[in-house]
Amino acid sequence: MTQPVAYQDRPWTDPEAEPFIKVQGVSKLFGDFTAVDNVDLEIYKGELFSLLGGSGCGKTTLLRMLAGFESLSSGSIVIDGANMNNVPPYERPVNMMFQSYALFPHMTVEGNVAYGLRRDGVPKSEIEQRVADMLAMVELTRFRKRKPHQLSGGQRQRVALARSLVKQPKVLLLDEPLGALDKRLRDQTQFELMNIQDKLGITFVVVTHDQEEAMTLSTRIAVMDAGRFMQIGTPTEIYEFPVSRLVADFIGNANMFQGRIHENGPDHVIVHSKEPDCEFYIDHGVSITEGTRVWVALRPEKIRISKQATGEGTSNSIKGMVQEIGYLGGLSTYRVLVGDGQIVEVTSPNQSRPRDSNPPIDWDDDVVLSWEPSSSVVLTK
Amino acid sequence: MNEPSEVEKSRSAKLSRILQTNWRRLVLVIPYSWLLIFFFAPFFIVLKISLAETVISSPPFTPMIDWVNDGVMQIRIVTSNFAYLWEDDLYVITYLNSLKISTVSTMLCLLIGYPIAYAIVRSSHTTKHVLLMLIILPFWTSFLLRVYAWMGILADQGLINDIIKWFGFEPVRLLYTQTAVYIGIVYTYVPFMILPLYANMEKLDWTLLEAAADLGAKPMTTFFTVTLPLTAPGIIAGSLLVFIPATGEYVIPDLLGGGNVLMIGRVLYNEFNSNIDWPVASAVAIALLLLLVLPMMLYQHIQSREVES
Repeated sequence: MTQPVAYQDRPWTDPEAEPFIKVQGVSKLFGDFTAVDNVDLEIYKGELFSLLGGSGCGKTTLLRMLAGFESLSSGSIVIDGANMNNVPPYERPVNMMFQSYALFPHMTVEGNVAYGLRRDGVPKSEIEQRVADMLAMVELTRFRKRKPHQLSGGQRQRVALARSLVKQPKVLLLDEPLGALDKRLRDQTQFELMNIQDKLGITFVVVTHDQEEAMTLSTRIAVMDAGRFMQIGTPTEIYEFPVSRLVADFIGNANMFQGRIHENGPDHVIVHSKEPDCEFYIDHGVSITEGTRVWVALRPEKIRISKQATGEGTSNSIKGMVQEIGYLGGLSTYRVLVGDGQIVEVTSPNQSRPRDSNPPIDWDDDVVLSWEPSSSVVLTK
Repeated sequence: MNEPSEVEKSRSAKLSRILQTNWRRLVLVIPYSWLLIFFFAPFFIVLKISLAETVISSPPFTPMIDWVNDGVMQIRIVTSNFAYLWEDDLYVITYLNSLKISTVSTMLCLLIGYPIAYAIVRSSHTTKHVLLMLIILPFWTSFLLRVYAWMGILADQGLINDIIKWFGFEPVRLLYTQTAVYIGIVYTYVPFMILPLYANMEKLDWTLLEAAADLGAKPMTTFFTVTLPLTAPGIIAGSLLVFIPATGEYVIPDLLGGGNVLMIGRVLYNEFNSNIDWPVASAVAIALLLLLVLPMMLYQHIQSREVES
């Protein structure tokens, strides 16, 4: 029997697939404070799953519960069919890459990487071979005799990665893996991580507060806030179809317009916004009764900006005045004042080179903003 | 007009410049002169006396430098005092016994102090301060008074024997035994073990222990492969702070050991006060110093080489 390709790449869409990690009704309380609040989560084999949220949202606590460093206040965690609730960290088929890397300062690079294998009583010759292979993979063979304090931040990060991968865990937990690196190293390591994950097929669970990192790395993202999941989905789902204002705001930028449902058809919705005075025609139906107060989210890059009205009727366009321009080379961001004081952010690629140094759209220009019926999203919370 | 003259101005500028560039050296003058006056000078005086001969006079030793009739300077150095220490079994045995008692006491202090320091570091912020306070609290009472208190506790009619008798057992002899000396030394010096260990453990990165557990190390393995090596500097510092004074301890073996426990401090006291043999007493002190300082210098040498590599 052949599986549909889509199921191989997206096991969570396959109703038959058995999740590799099952988090069921898990809560964690520290005194009166609920760090993780009754969450359920299913992660499939080979996924690169990100827990994304601001500081204090409970993402690290959840990761530490997966590693076994924190006990569960309630609920259960199952990894590969085995209940982990009472399994101590040193017996879990899980390894963690710590945010601080937690390299043993009194051991060499080699000693650090070999540590886990030695604990398992792997024969000496095999340890040497596996450590050498791992160091070759992260390109640290030259530095194998060095102590951690003699390495740069990027090298330490790779030692930490090698150390957590050498035991071939079923699940690799990564706590802000790129947090301590500068921008260039981050980009490079990000793709290295994806390659390694692809090559070894290990399930990765990544904790991050960086939405860009989560977007590029992950097969799926869980957005967390106050110990709960706001939304779980692929990067595209979360970006294009956020379920709440909080998610829309956290992932990328979004312009929010408050309005009421004016017309609710089977294949479209019309939302009227009073301030700014605008009609949103949205080409997907929502199951909300007419008259309900809703928000319309509109991504800055989905808005067209021009000096002339496109003349396609009154909906999905709005007049405004350019307040600020941020020229980024490839892109420009415009902050446009509409209605009585709302600022709408628009990003637009600079596709053609201006004839002179005057930009086609300048400060204080009157402009028309317009967008496609499919571009905006209706949010109720 | 009280305007400072140009010369004065330039002079004060010069002075402030000297202060600014050399303040580090100036600050260091204080500890260096302290060491010179209160450590090296007495040391050389003792060294000088150890190389003299006993005479019945005041002071009770021969001078090192003498002026003979014709203005000829005579320097007299005798090494017989050191040879005497080596030849007489009493001294060798006493030295060995002192080293044995201080080594065992240091190990006992480590065994008791390490878990205490560990527990203090891992306790909550407020408890931590209370516990540290309790460690330091005994220093507020005179050391001598505390040793006398132990005499009361360990005596034949003391607290411990009262309890033993109350349970219906035969009383045991504690005071004036080697056990009493161990109890006294461990009791007195355990804070000197705990405090450096505490200071060292306070800096320990506890996520390293989590990392070890994550990589499959059971708690005991984690302790021996991570915690112990990383707290080694604290162990060494604490052990030196216990071992060195314990070796030369006089009061505790004298009061709790009576005449039954020979330690070098007692021998030194007897040579000095009872025999009035200052040169031999000084030789005993110098030999003790060498015995303690040489291993330490060796250790430091090895350590600095390790740091370099």
